Amino acid sequence: MRQYEILPHTADGKFRAYGRTLEEAFANAALAMASLMWDWRTIKPEIAHDIRASGRDREQLLVNFLGEIIYLLDTQRFLLAGVDRPRILEEGGVWSLEAVVSGDSLSDRYEIYGGVKAVTYNDLKIEDGDRVTVQVVVDM
Amino acid sequence: MELRKISDDIWEIPREGEMRVPALVYASERLLADVRRDQTLVQARNVACLPGILRMSYVMPDAHQGYGFPIGGVAAFDLDEGVISPGGVGYDINCGVRLLGTDFMETDIAARRKELLAEIFKEVPAGVGKGGVTKLSWNVLREILVKGAQWAVENGYGRAEDLERTEEHGRMKEADPDAVSDRAMERGIPQLGTLGAGNHFLEIQKVARVFDPPVARSFGIEAEGQILVMVHCGSRGLGHQVATDSIELMENALGTQGLPDRELVNAPFRSDLGRRYYAAMSAAVNYAFANRQMIAHWIREVFAKVLGSSKGMRQVYDVCHNVAKVETHCVAGEPRKLCVHRKGATRSFGPGRAEIPEAYRSVGQPVIIPGSMGTASYVLVGTEEAEERSFGSTAHGAGRVMSRHEALRRFRGERIRDDLARQGVELKATSWKGVAEEAAAAYKDVDEVVRVSHDVGIGRLVAKVVPIGVMKG
Repeated sequence: MRQYEILPHTADGKFRAYGRTLEEAFANAALAMASLMWDWRTIKPEIAHDIRASGRDREQLLVNFLGEIIYLLDTQRFLLAGVDRPRILEEGGVWSLEAVVSGDSLSDRYEIYGGVKAVTYNDLKIEDGDRVTVQVVVDM
Repeated sequence: MELRKISDDIWEIPREGEMRVPALVYASERLLADVRRDQTLVQARNVACLPGILRMSYVMPDAHQGYGFPIGGVAAFDLDEGVISPGGVGYDINCGVRLLGTDFMETDIAARRKELLAEIFKEVPAGVGKGGVTKLSWNVLREILVKGAQWAVENGYGRAEDLERTEEHGRMKEADPDAVSDRAMERGIPQLGTLGAGNHFLEIQKVARVFDPPVARSFGIEAEGQILVMVHCGSRGLGHQVATDSIELMENALGTQGLPDRELVNAPFRSDLGRRYYAAMSAAVNYAFANRQMIAHWIREVFAKVLGSSKGMRQVYDVCHNVAKVETHCVAGEPRKLCVHRKGATRSFGPGRAEIPEAYRSVGQPVIIPGSMGTASYVLVGTEEAEERSFGSTAHGAGRVMSRHEALRRFRGERIRDDLARQGVELKATSWKGVAEEAAAAYKDVDEVVRVSHDVGIGRLVAKVVPIGVMKG
């Protein structure tokens, strides 16, 4: 199964990510977003961060989860290489996610070719079925 | 969607369904062909449905699809019955342009051009994740959010006269750092004084053509061949986070029911949420003003070091491209205070407005419209007609027509560098792939954008400038 695909969008970044579970689709969405900025396959998994996100629905959870990756880039110069052990829970109308993200600090050995400014709700979709599909537009 | 032709460059989407007002598009048939390919017109129609919208939902000549509001969208709302929407400003709050004049001619710098650009590239931090040179404390950042460019000038970055030649004097008074989240502050601390990436750039330019010599002269643009410097950047991660936070706060308090697009979430202007967003947005606006003020200072230092002097480097103006502001405009014959959202649009005030610098009050404000990387940019002048036709607004740039993904597939950054070099344009960048994404062919024709602005009367041509050195973040 493909992890994700990048879709055409006039000004910004748009992608669709897939997974057998919601967790897997979210993790692949993080890789899709990273692929708009750097080649995550080339990033050495030297550092790990525990991350948490929450939301009032799955869409907000996804926006906030991807927002964590941008936050780590801006504040820790962290380049994502992978998402491990993602767990998503819904309790009393609040969705939450925990995961460990691995990657490395920004340095001259990596080429960073794009910057994602923010994750938007524009055209955001989460579709269930045989597999879970999420679609996201990010502001670049 | 029905589009009624009013004139060659003006089109109307008549009011229908939930629309409270019509939408008006300023575009030639050629520009319209691009606009019709994406969601721009649907988005302009959605904006026309928002509570308290006045006159029209306007679409500027360089418009393209955004989220919620189109990029190149202008809308004004009644202060009592209307709303304020983070999606009407965008994520890069006060993304804007600063233009510095110089008393150098092309021939004065010809021999040192490469060195100038290399030095600027060294002094001005740029690129994704690139930190600034200043390590800020939390308290200093709070002060910057309150004082904007004024903080920068007080701390040795630039001149007091720069403030007079900056929209809002480089400081929105409604800013409140308490409305800015810790997370936004954390993103803002390492990034002050950085250019960023994407479509942000810095150019050494020369005046290629003067259309209106008397107005150009009052802006300090004297002759063809004169050197100028243009800086295009915004509020970095701090502003992006303010937008993200505000959208979430509004969603959580007001829900998303009935919104055609979640990015259109909004709050009554006169509500706690509305006030809070305006205060946080103003703080991000100030951060961006301080950012451009610092970068301008480093550029002057480089000119002084390489060419011996930066004395003649007077600021022409600094304009916001993404902002919401309370302004007075005539509605149905009566002057009224309202909240104007400009998302990818430039204020274009004509002569006489108290908001513009005294030096420009008899002619109108400078409007700075950057082209795509390596192509021409324009200086326009604001007009009285713009106040009637677009709440004093015009275009802000070329506007993309091709996705970044497609551009990456089609172009090579190194090739673009070589092509530009053959045309006499030096290019420095943090990433060649990033250069390919910003290829000029991925953008609309800026010449046509400003032609429409001029002919419609919402911003008149003053000068055309072309790059001789480009630094891309």
